Amino acid sequence: MDKQYGLIAKFDTPADIMHAAEKVRDAGFKKWDVITPFPLHGLDSAMGLKRSVVGRFTIVGGTFGLTAGMLMIWFTGGSELSLPFMEGYKLIVGGKPYFSPQFAFPVAYEMTILFSAFASIGGMFILNKLPRHHHPVLKYKDVRASSDDKFFLYIENEDPQFDDEKTRAFLNDLEPVEVGELEE
Amino acid sequence: MASAHASTGEVKPAILDEVNPVDIPRPALVANDRSFSWITDKICGIVEEKTPTWWWVCFVLACGTASFTVMGLVYLVSTGTGVWGLANPANWGWAIVNFVFWIGIGHAGTLISAILCLLRQKWRTSINRAAEAMTIFAVVCAGIFPVFHVGRVWMAWFLFPIPNANAIWPNFKSALLWDVFAVSTYGTVSVLFWYVGLIPDLASVRDRATSKIRQVLYGIFSMGWRGSNRQWSNYEMCYLLLAGLSTPLVLSVHTIVSFDFAISLLPGWHTTIFPPYFVAGAIFSGFGMVLTLMLPLRAIYRLDDLITQYHIDCMTKIILATGTMVGYAYGMEFFIAAYGANDFEIFAFVNRAFGNYAWAYWIMISCNVISPQFFWFKKVRQNTALVWIITIFVNIGMWFERFVIAVTTLTRDFLPSSWGYYSPTIVDIFTYVGTFGVFSVLFLLFLRFLPLMAMAEIKAVTPQADAHAHKR
Repeated sequence: MDKQYGLIAKFDTPADIMHAAEKVRDAGFKKWDVITPFPLHGLDSAMGLKRSVVGRFTIVGGTFGLTAGMLMIWFTGGSELSLPFMEGYKLIVGGKPYFSPQFAFPVAYEMTILFSAFASIGGMFILNKLPRHHHPVLKYKDVRASSDDKFFLYIENEDPQFDDEKTRAFLNDLEPVEVGELEE
Repeated sequence: MASAHASTGEVKPAILDEVNPVDIPRPALVANDRSFSWITDKICGIVEEKTPTWWWVCFVLACGTASFTVMGLVYLVSTGTGVWGLANPANWGWAIVNFVFWIGIGHAGTLISAILCLLRQKWRTSINRAAEAMTIFAVVCAGIFPVFHVGRVWMAWFLFPIPNANAIWPNFKSALLWDVFAVSTYGTVSVLFWYVGLIPDLASVRDRATSKIRQVLYGIFSMGWRGSNRQWSNYEMCYLLLAGLSTPLVLSVHTIVSFDFAISLLPGWHTTIFPPYFVAGAIFSGFGMVLTLMLPLRAIYRLDDLITQYHIDCMTKIILATGTMVGYAYGMEFFIAAYGANDFEIFAFVNRAFGNYAWAYWIMISCNVISPQFFWFKKVRQNTALVWIITIFVNIGMWFERFVIAVTTLTRDFLPSSWGYYSPTIVDIFTYVGTFGVFSVLFLLFLRFLPLMAMAEIKAVTPQADAHAHKR
């Protein structure tokens, strides 16, 4: 048998998992998680999670997009800068200025949105440590129910408070359907 | 007043001790009180079942239709753009009409997924996946036209600022280049938004997969999603941010498309009403297409419990509202032309309604302004067949709207000696008709291989998903 990764408890309803999560949070466990088939409203506070920081990636991406867009338009049509492999060329069109943030705005605006979107999704994957195809939860016999209609809660062996017998008893007190082991 | 309160100490402020808001029951979004696993079985079942015969029939027909686009384009590229019915001064014909038509269709998908998400309209959950797929496939069809309209399609990469040996950069002062960035950003962000929404559902399909190949393929695309709440927390934030980004994006895309016309100096095009009027028209036609697609799907896959009468009511009401807005814009254009007292502008509009393209103008008015008015009546909204027929009229009307705008102005320019009558050639017709095949091929593949409804989101809006329900 493989090394044990943690203990997992199965619950039937959203209300059950919500109460269980509150108790695990109050007991002071650190390395634990809840598996649900859909985002359960209110579970973040029941688990004591802070607000997600994906937005920090978004603002960086958006700022980059806006700056890059404006600079690109200024460089290509409004400057005579010489860069490796490319040179700016002052383009005369209908007596308009070589560069103005007004005509540059639509393109820079689209680039702001494009890079914000890239950054948000990239940030979400980084924060979630995905893709990861070998997580112990994915090997659990009941994994199919976790993306269908059942709710799971697991506590890792790594948790400082973890003790095989005590934690098992603690999980059983939460009145789950069953308690099982996760293998590394 | 305030001091009097403080001195007596007994006067209560005019606030009720207890507030009992009226509890107005909302219509259930999933009918017949279906369970979570019923939803999973229903949606995954569509992907897992043996390919039905009707699917193959439709697929072959769609491929056949798509081949018309291929034929049209091959002939165009091998011969020259002259095979389209374009002639000076009508250098924009069906190509721009079809481009705006398809882009407009796409807008309802983003509206449903992004704007309705921000507005917390929960009924969006059962239609957003298919509507977003529609968006992406519509953008694919739209992109074909401007790319081939440039004439020498092998030079189309000149549209992007790619360093090249000729040291030539695109002209960023042109609305057509804004279009390039708007549409390519729109296509990219729509695909990303759609994919992020798909991840949890792909994980469901992966967990149910019986064959190794399905397990591996759906596994790869689901990114190893395991439904952990620490992940859901970031995921939900990411989804909300994408909705927040897509909302200004979708509004800006059709605004920029309308700039193609509005920043020119031609009578009938040079109007400030164009951006809002184009956006309303895009949403109008897009919802028309959503219903055109979803009503047959609902019947074939018996999805009545997931797409209820309430969903149809909501969508038809949006069609009614945006159709009326479009009608208002048509009227306002005439008013401004008359009030502006510019002879050329007045001529352009009188010519639109009573000139040699009057037939197209009145088709547009009947389809876009009159036909949605039937949705005022509950009896009409509840008659699925009638709703479907009206949505077809909406689509036809919106195609004619773009035709009327583009062609009436171009064929009657400032120089009467160049006036003419624009007609498409058989190559125009082939290319356009074929795009419906391209769209259908992509949509049928989507139905076969991806979950057509956002299972995780639908589960989250069912009554049994409310963890606090028992406390009431």
